[in-house]
Amino acid sequence: MDLLEYQGKQLLARHGVPVPSGKPAVSVAEAVAAAEEIGYPCVVKAQVQIGGRGKLGGIKVAANREEVEEHAGNILGMDIKGLTVHEVWIEQASDIASEYYASIVFDRSAKSSLVMLSTKGGMDIEAVADEDPDAIAHLHVDPLLGFQDFHGRRLAFDAGVDADVIRPIGDMLAKLYATYVEEEALLIEVNPLIITNDREIKALDAKVTLDGNALYRHPENAELSDPSAEDPQEVMAKERGLTYVKLDGNIGILGNGAGLVMSTLDVVAQAGGAPANFLDAGGGSKAEAITSAVEVILSDTKVTAVLFNIFGGITRCDEVAKGLIEAFATINPTVPFVVRLDGTNDIAGRELLAEANLPNVHTVATMLEAAEKVVELAA
Amino acid sequence: MSVLVGKDTKLVVSGITGREGTFHTLNNRSYGTNVVAGVTPGKGGQDVEGIPVFDTLHKAVDETGANTAMIFVPPRFAADAILEAEDAGIELIIAITEGIPAHDELRVFNHIKSKGTSRLIGPNCPGILSPGKANVGIIPASFFREGQVGVVSRSGTLTYQIGNELAQRGFGNSSIVGIGGDPVPGSNFIDILELFEADDQTELIVMSGEIGGDAEEQAAEYIKEHVTKPVIGYIAGFTAPPGKQMGHAGAIVSGSKGTAVAKAEALEACGVRVGRTPTEVANIAADILGA
Repeated sequence: MDLLEYQGKQLLARHGVPVPSGKPAVSVAEAVAAAEEIGYPCVVKAQVQIGGRGKLGGIKVAANREEVEEHAGNILGMDIKGLTVHEVWIEQASDIASEYYASIVFDRSAKSSLVMLSTKGGMDIEAVADEDPDAIAHLHVDPLLGFQDFHGRRLAFDAGVDADVIRPIGDMLAKLYATYVEEEALLIEVNPLIITNDREIKALDAKVTLDGNALYRHPENAELSDPSAEDPQEVMAKERGLTYVKLDGNIGILGNGAGLVMSTLDVVAQAGGAPANFLDAGGGSKAEAITSAVEVILSDTKVTAVLFNIFGGITRCDEVAKGLIEAFATINPTVPFVVRLDGTNDIAGRELLAEANLPNVHTVATMLEAAEKVVELAA
Repeated sequence: MSVLVGKDTKLVVSGITGREGTFHTLNNRSYGTNVVAGVTPGKGGQDVEGIPVFDTLHKAVDETGANTAMIFVPPRFAADAILEAEDAGIELIIAITEGIPAHDELRVFNHIKSKGTSRLIGPNCPGILSPGKANVGIIPASFFREGQVGVVSRSGTLTYQIGNELAQRGFGNSSIVGIGGDPVPGSNFIDILELFEADDQTELIVMSGEIGGDAEEQAAEYIKEHVTKPVIGYIAGFTAPPGKQMGHAGAIVSGSKGTAVAKAEALEACGVRVGRTPTEVANIAADILGA
């Protein structure tokens, strides 16, 4: 789960990481009220989960009330790389002596956590990594040992930070690591991490990704969400406990198991079709779950045909067939369906479909034939 | 032979009294797996259709000599159950549970690795089937028969699809190993490739990967250096858009890394033939084994 900048900063602040004071606002009036409280100059920052918002006009400094009105008015509702800005963050402006970069990444390849520090902050860190990889100091931390003082010293010396902030930077990294572990984050990135003219260290930006599987241990984080990042079909699917990802095409896809569904998308694309979605009905889906999934798929009006590709293990094919029959009884779909059932109770499932004799439902024997048939029908 | 599970397996099931745990334990037993015990804290002394239930894994191991554990408890208790099995001296731990927090997986992985006495398969995996010998997990065994193709896969249902395509061409399996779709799998492709390379029964290896991470790329390098048997690759997720998580926590493409194209190219560069569909995988197998 990705957090907005200000949600990330508030999370860091709870763990003692200094951040500039600020307030979120969803209207111009709220933005002005926030600015009046915080004081001038202040910064109006678009809250969207995408990089490069500053260059696209999503971050503006305001010297007074009128400028806050102007900038908040422009930024709220702005489209940044396809995302609509619903919220701004009004923040006290900071004076900046140096811009550093710090991050902690869940490194699945190394099976440990990677901590990085660089004095080349405030810019695209991937470009720095390409052009000047030595400018980024990095080390892995053993998850059983945790972040030690020497880790912080080593990173600070290796990155070549100013001598007077060697120890404070180490302390800051320790706090970021504590946040990462205690909140069960998969990513914490602070870019820039600034040194002010008074030699204070502050997180001026924050990119935080939390582990969705761990949210049950962090109920306060589970409530954070970003409406601008969510597609209506994806919200609907999430509420129904389905794994759904919206894609650009017109062929609705339902399968069981993430790997098989991904493979189905590929085979449909190879047959010349364009999948409208990824939908994993999961293991052991009952009829109601299938009916519910059909509703989600068909709520995307671009869909002109639907493919069911089921290989039953835990999932029983007769339950899938019952779900489809129920969907026809309740929502009466008008697009053609292609159904391929194999695995547990496949014969029973096919018999149920044959008896029901649903209009425009085509049963096929193999995944490849199913893909070809649905592409033909969707055209 | 076969790998990991077989006639020597003595299985203890952690979470045996749950609905799914009971169902699959009994399925595994009726396939012929030697299920010796179950564990559910507070239900020691009961039995599940004749399988004795113990309060702790240590007690189950002491009483029955179990050497393999299947973890079927809910995600919030699963890391603890895996560590308990490791502490009780279990050699092979197969974790079916899906949705374990990533930091739990990280601690579990590093602890097991540092101790070096247990092997963990999964979590979030369908288990291991050695046709004709033993089934531990949720793989629908009736679709597979004994044969010479070893299969290792990150996905469950996709494994069934590929296995079924192979079966239709007349090929059976030595073992089918699901390593799971999570970011920190206890065992990776390389661990299982090493076992298949050493296994007499296995003549051909099918490796089924998916987008995300770099496990397939690492496996490609390993195959080039260490595997003499023919390997066929398959990668799911050619049409997956970057930045979107496709169901498996591990299946997410970030930037240019972890794409299906990059993985297929890495495998092909190391001499692995890659099928673009499950059907094509079976066709290549027929080509190699001459059927």
